[in-house]
Amino acid sequence: MSHTDPSEVFRVESQELLEQIEQGLLDLENNPSDSEVVASVFRALHTLKGSGAMFGYEALSAFTHHCETAFDRVRKGEAAATPKLIGAVLAALDHMRALAAKPDAEAGDGEALLTSLRQAMEAESEFTPPAPPASKTWRIRFSLPADCLVNGTRPLSLLDELRALGEAEVDAITDDIPELSALVPTECHLAWQVVLKTDQPRSAIEDVFIFVIDDMKLEIEEVGAAAAEKEAAPQAAGVPEPGNVTSLADHRKDHDEQAAPEKFEARLPMAGETVRVPASRLDELLDQVGELMIAQSRLKQVSAATSDMNLRSVAEEIERLASELRDSMMFVRMVPISQLFGRFRRLIHDLARDTGKKIEFVTEGETTELDKTVIERLADPLIHLIRNAADHGLESPADRIKAGKSEVGHVHLTARQAGAEVVISVIDDGRGIDRDRVRAKAEENGLIAPGTTLSDNEIYQLILQPGFSTASTITNLSGRGVGMDVVKRTIEGLRGAIEISTVEGEGSKVNLRIPLTLAIIDGLLVRVGEGRYVIPLSNVEECVELSREQDLRSIGRSFITLRESLVPFLRLREMFATGTDPDPYQKIVVVSNGAERVGLVVDQILGHHQTVIKPLSAFHAAVDTFSGATILGDGSVALILDVMHLIAAGQKQEERLRAAR
Amino acid sequence: MTTEQASGWDDSGHLQVLTFDMQGETFAIEAGMVREILDRIPETVVPGAPEMVGGLVNFRGRVVPLADLHKAFGFDRTGITMDSRIIVIEFDMHGEATLVGLKADKVHEVTVLEKAATETAPRVGMRWRQDFIRCLAKRSGDFIVVPDLERIFTVGCGADAASFTQH
Repeated sequence: MSHTDPSEVFRVESQELLEQIEQGLLDLENNPSDSEVVASVFRALHTLKGSGAMFGYEALSAFTHHCETAFDRVRKGEAAATPKLIGAVLAALDHMRALAAKPDAEAGDGEALLTSLRQAMEAESEFTPPAPPASKTWRIRFSLPADCLVNGTRPLSLLDELRALGEAEVDAITDDIPELSALVPTECHLAWQVVLKTDQPRSAIEDVFIFVIDDMKLEIEEVGAAAAEKEAAPQAAGVPEPGNVTSLADHRKDHDEQAAPEKFEARLPMAGETVRVPASRLDELLDQVGELMIAQSRLKQVSAATSDMNLRSVAEEIERLASELRDSMMFVRMVPISQLFGRFRRLIHDLARDTGKKIEFVTEGETTELDKTVIERLADPLIHLIRNAADHGLESPADRIKAGKSEVGHVHLTARQAGAEVVISVIDDGRGIDRDRVRAKAEENGLIAPGTTLSDNEIYQLILQPGFSTASTITNLSGRGVGMDVVKRTIEGLRGAIEISTVEGEGSKVNLRIPLTLAIIDGLLVRVGEGRYVIPLSNVEECVELSREQDLRSIGRSFITLRESLVPFLRLREMFATGTDPDPYQKIVVVSNGAERVGLVVDQILGHHQTVIKPLSAFHAAVDTFSGATILGDGSVALILDVMHLIAAGQKQEERLRAAR
Repeated sequence: MTTEQASGWDDSGHLQVLTFDMQGETFAIEAGMVREILDRIPETVVPGAPEMVGGLVNFRGRVVPLADLHKAFGFDRTGITMDSRIIVIEFDMHGEATLVGLKADKVHEVTVLEKAATETAPRVGMRWRQDFIRCLAKRSGDFIVVPDLERIFTVGCGADAASFTQH
């Protein structure tokens, strides 16, 4: 278990680097002159190339080299980050991903990508004059931080790299070496002065120090400056003064010096405080915390039955600790949703390119946190929704202008927390969903009987039906329905809900309501017949008593009046066919699935129960009225009600009853 | 329908099995699948579940479905006696290792069946569905039924669960 596969480490690292590159490229698209971003993309490419070669991913390393070269030119100001170049590198990025996943993958379209990259670069160089390769002499003074040797920096190899650039004279500066008694042999006290004659630009020298530049002292000055660089002369005095910078390369350095301390500070606490842990270990830990919660509730039950004060106080202590542990565990598993949102920018970029539409993508609430596993499972449904919004929801620029809208379509992706749920919305300002067509299509497919009265919401829910999505023509009509049943299944698997609203001609909005965490919920423990069940507390609105009188009266109609509104109710005793007599004082638990309120008649309310959800096995896949099971304090198993499905099942049952009458 | 999982015979034609009783008939399942044998413990009924897997039990903190093979062979549901046990097996359901409990009226022993002494189930003269039986093993004048669990579970949990108890 503890053995880590080095190539696995590389794969994880490369994923992150690729992501960083991608984000950078997309940022550049909006702001092509941001040199900070250019530098970060370049560094990520450089690291990817280096560690790729180190782990034996030769193909990846070689391929990345070309992209690095391209970005190096951008960095030096020899080329601009044109959309064409960014597009080419983005395309290359996908190839790099494939290479990172499979080191010996076929070169495939690699050549074609390189060609387009080269073209993009050549197109560039027409606009920017190539730097004249003139030999210059540089004086470089540098000193490394005292702990650099401990951190694995090898000054000798830095010097070797400098030598590789051209003719170099190296002098060691020994001023800082302390008395022998005070000398710490593991610290570096030497500084160096190198006089280097090279035809390489200044940035090439800086590149030598790329991995240590953040915490070292480096001075690079030109000796006997070439005529063209006269203005740079003040630099010979030492530190370059801002405002006196002329060449772009100098500007870069200046920029670096300003940026470096900032970055260093920002990075330092991160490196010290974050730990990378495989998700599977977190899952294991969560399982164990779950078991602990169950054991703890048994302990509570046992201790409640004794009069031993010592045992009771220990039990209380453990209860407190266990619930704190659970909370921290939940917290550890929370990750910001920005992880997920970031991916979609690329999707929109590609969609805009493929469809020829102009799309502005805005995300909001990226700091909203969700359980890690939930985030992973949300990726596919959101891709579907965003693709639908951009591809089918938004009109073409010409149509938009015709409809009196701005040419640029908008897709908003927002996340916010609402109680124990996170609401993620995908909003577009496209043409909206055509109700009548949805309806016609559903009738045609036999999903609803012609003439059925349906609320708007019910009509939109039809889109989510599996039978609906397979109809191919709907995509041409109103544009929705491809894979929507997949979205529905995944969201329901997460115990979430989907709400669709739309205004024709103005756009549509899909809300996904997702519970914060998958593993533990707060529930209300109830008894129906002899069975005990848990109703998720997030669904519960209130509890009222169903008097015998009301019960008898409601044989023909299952409604109660609750603050002047009618609430239909379902008798769980009948639905579960318990075959027992009702309790004299039955209770109604009013639950809501967001849109409608329904009462569930139970025999007894046993109380609040914090529940570790255990999924039901494949043997019970067909039973959808329960979302899982849990183990109670006495060791018996209670089922957790899936309120949405229960309401749907109740409606079906009623329909059957009505039909039979 | 029979799979690799069901062909557990070793090279010399032996199969180690656990034998148990249901309604006086002796059945055998591969010993390698068996995880544990439990005394009967309280069971939670799952309303609306297929008849064959109508319950759940708590097996060491895990929620495990409880399958009742009695139904598959047309036996009546029997009451719980001193000898009643739950055999917890690990079963490959749709490619996922799943724990499932089997209700047994009585558990006998772990023994070895010989392939030479087995026969496929005859097409006639049997009250049981032929496809539910992997083979019959002759043994001291009587025979032991080796059920095809995969087939039984597939049919018993599938959409056509209603046709399950036909005879």
